Amino acid sequence: MHRRKANTRFWIVGLAACACKGPAESQTQTAASTPPEPAAAAPAVAKNETGPIRVGILHSLSGTMAISETSLKDVALMTIDKINAAGGVLKRKLEPVVVDPASNWPLFAEKARELIQKEQVAVVFGCWTSVSRKSVLPVFEELNGLLFYPVQYEGEESSYNVFYTGAAPNQQAIPAVEYLMSSKGGAAKRWVLLGTDYVYPRTTNKILRYFLKSKGVPDDGIMEKYTPFGHSDYQTIVSDIKKFAAGARTAVVSTINGDSNVPFYKELANQGLKASDIPVVAFSVGEEELRGIDTKPLVGHLAAWNYFMSIDTPENRQFIAEFKAYAKAKNLPDADKRVTNDPMEATYVGIQMWAHAVEQAGTTEVNAVRQAVGYQVMRSPSGFNMALDGKNHHLHKPVYIGEIKADGQFQVVWKTEGPIRAQPWSPYVPDSAKKIADWSYPWVCGNCTEPKFKLEFPLTDTNNNP
Amino acid sequence: MVGCVFSTATHAALADTWAADVLALGASDVNEQVRAVNRIARRGGTEAIALLEALNDTSLQIDSTGAAYRKRSSGGVVPIGPHSPMPPKPPIMAPVIDNELRRALEMTLATLRLTSPDSRVRRRAAEEIARQPNDSLAPVVRQMLVSERDVHVRRALALSLAWVDVESLDPSVRIKALLAIADSPGTAFKPAVERILSQTEHRKPVEVDAQVRAAASKALSAIRWLETWTNLLSNLFYGLSLGSVLLLISLGLTITFGLMRVINMAHGELLMIGAYATYVVQQLFLKYLPNHSDWYLVAAVPAAFFAAAIVGTIVERLVLRFLHGRPLETLLATWGVSLVLIQVVRQLFGAQNVTVANPAWLSGGIELFAGFVLTFNRAAVILFSLAVVSFVWFVLSRTNLGLQVRAVTQNRDMAASMGIATHRVDGWTFAMGAGVAGLGGVALSQLGNVGPELGQGYIIDAFMVVVLGGVGNLAGTFAGAMGLGIATKWAEPVVGAVLGKIVILVLIILFIQRRPQGLFALKGRAVEV
Repeated sequence: MHRRKANTRFWIVGLAACACKGPAESQTQTAASTPPEPAAAAPAVAKNETGPIRVGILHSLSGTMAISETSLKDVALMTIDKINAAGGVLKRKLEPVVVDPASNWPLFAEKARELIQKEQVAVVFGCWTSVSRKSVLPVFEELNGLLFYPVQYEGEESSYNVFYTGAAPNQQAIPAVEYLMSSKGGAAKRWVLLGTDYVYPRTTNKILRYFLKSKGVPDDGIMEKYTPFGHSDYQTIVSDIKKFAAGARTAVVSTINGDSNVPFYKELANQGLKASDIPVVAFSVGEEELRGIDTKPLVGHLAAWNYFMSIDTPENRQFIAEFKAYAKAKNLPDADKRVTNDPMEATYVGIQMWAHAVEQAGTTEVNAVRQAVGYQVMRSPSGFNMALDGKNHHLHKPVYIGEIKADGQFQVVWKTEGPIRAQPWSPYVPDSAKKIADWSYPWVCGNCTEPKFKLEFPLTDTNNNP
Repeated sequence: MVGCVFSTATHAALADTWAADVLALGASDVNEQVRAVNRIARRGGTEAIALLEALNDTSLQIDSTGAAYRKRSSGGVVPIGPHSPMPPKPPIMAPVIDNELRRALEMTLATLRLTSPDSRVRRRAAEEIARQPNDSLAPVVRQMLVSERDVHVRRALALSLAWVDVESLDPSVRIKALLAIADSPGTAFKPAVERILSQTEHRKPVEVDAQVRAAASKALSAIRWLETWTNLLSNLFYGLSLGSVLLLISLGLTITFGLMRVINMAHGELLMIGAYATYVVQQLFLKYLPNHSDWYLVAAVPAAFFAAAIVGTIVERLVLRFLHGRPLETLLATWGVSLVLIQVVRQLFGAQNVTVANPAWLSGGIELFAGFVLTFNRAAVILFSLAVVSFVWFVLSRTNLGLQVRAVTQNRDMAASMGIATHRVDGWTFAMGAGVAGLGGVALSQLGNVGPELGQGYIIDAFMVVVLGGVGNLAGTFAGAMGLGIATKWAEPVVGAVLGKIVILVLIILFIQRRPQGLFALKGRAVEV
């Protein structure tokens, strides 16, 4: 009896040790911090030049971020089907490889490695949260992979292996704050910066603090608050917002990510925070996140994006029709109520731009495609010719600010004339203002203050940073 | 963008009429809309108020001739004003309204409502105006103050004048304003009052008149007193509501952990099953009883209880029965069960969250005073948790089963030799604990998201409460849950949500070091650990 008990204990401890080993392994793969200089043409894994082209899709299909990312997988598959129906790329069909990193950041890195090494994909479309992108960055740079990242983010990055089809702060956050400062937006004097506790909200709020300071807002006029992922109790925070806003025009800038938005907006509605009084502008809430909430009490609150489903252009009408037809054909849950949003549009544009780049380069080889992507221009559903900037690897995007309507759609209240160029390094942050992201000669770097190569006769104008 | 197009000839004919103003409300330029709002407000009268109110709550519809209608929530339209023929002539459209227009509308409506015959409406309007400085309205408010008889309305009007009067050149006017603030204090006035009491850089008081300073300190202490009480009560409410959630999620665990010494890692999943049972009931109501869909919650309570109890019984029969007295194996086995349950739910309902809507009678809240809103869903959860605790207490202390449960908890062997079928009692207890967890899931479905991983977020908190309060003890769990809830909510405004959780955990660890048996320990001769 005694020995049996000891044996069982040994067995249990052994099992537990094996279970613990798993996460530890993946920890070592995510040790990198800042994006390093690109590996000098890391030998690409031998790729098949005939047969289907494999394309990786790396989005959370479960966990706290599933509410936002599942629709990106759906629109990616739809775009791939569309390309295949038109004949594929280089006369080869695209074959999607979908993995689920389950809102688990170390698992993102593992899955990325699996996609590139084991599944031999030519490109990966994926990630949403900046922490997931930061986790996979070392993997892509080590294995010389290619990632198209479709979500708005905090900037302060420009990797040789990533193309950013989402907005940088100057294409979303800064115009939103400027709008709220203007008399049209309510002439806000005090600011609440509320976000989920990870790199994107922290960095965006850092940039916004510098920006607000440059506009004369005192330090005690800004309140910063953070909640963990999956947080659901916003009573105290909403009450604090009301106290902070008493007596002066206040606006709330929300970078809350994932399904925490649902209880946050519910609490706003229950405590009676009116949009005409204290407008809340969100950067991570779009049509998809609003689908699960009763939006009647939220009418008037805002979001800043580069695309809204309510934009009325023939290109957008076609995009929406295509997606709705796809949802119906594939029997997706709630197929008739599906919506399109900014990251979906960015995914749609990104995949097609990559396909055009492969056609242009004549191969799926990463080094060749990377150069070709920088030439791509495409008419987007928002009705503009969007160009992907080969210098800083970011997409030129227009800016829209919209108010939530009772049906969960957005009503555009402000927009730019046309697409604007991204500034990955914010000119408001003293450290970043010196840095340049320019992958063309002579700079060839994503975050340096000096060009990598010396020109015999230096250029007269540094035409790298607007 | 929906705009309104009409010929210039018609425009000229309609100029300066009611219809022209209504049509201008449908313009696409917000400045034109604001001008129309002001023109309509100048007309005054009940029709103007009705028109502007309809515009504000997005129920306004106008046709191409300038006839205005209000859309009813039950369908159909009601005419507004004398020029709206029924039935309305299509095409009719709803004017586009954005925050800029809303801000202008709210002020205009408040000013219009100041002339309403109903004193309650006048009071609400005056309080609305008093919330922020509005210099342009001051002369109007002064006029109203002269003829106003109702004491509540007078107080609110005086308060809205206080914004402008604290800066007045006449000290007696300043004193009057400060006394009005002291009479109905609000945090909004704090900066202005503090400014009066402050000193310049040369240590000279900003306000020279001593009487004004005295009035200002009276106002400031009134504001501070209000703030203290508001903070106290709101933190208490938030703490109680968090405590009630903690109580619901840990009550089931205290029963099973206390009685059977079963470390049930699948407890969170029982919560999740209760929440999903609520979702299923909601879907059934939407399908078969759409007119009464708001009452699905009442049917969901027993449904969740039994669903979770059934799952709990299955787990107990198939897994726990064979691991009696082996805590390590039970821990591992129940952890495995939790993974199985999560995956089963994912297969059945999908990996994404499902929407469980709050019924209308649970949405919103009432503002009790200055910035503290008692939200209905949280208040309902507090009451619900008290009801559940009473139910469990009743079962444990007044029923035969409860007597047997308590006996087996105190001394299993002795109870067995007294003739109690301990294995049967185990089964019933686990089922009850699981059922109570299901009830917790119903509450959670109203407060947060419902997804397959719902339980994972709460299992740690449940164990924390049980260990803190003392295992197997109803009073301990109650005290532990409420204590933790209030402590977390006191810590949160000070250190933030993220750090607050860490601080609470550290405090619990320290407490357990000194008193490992928890707050209320079970006393008995043979209480094995």
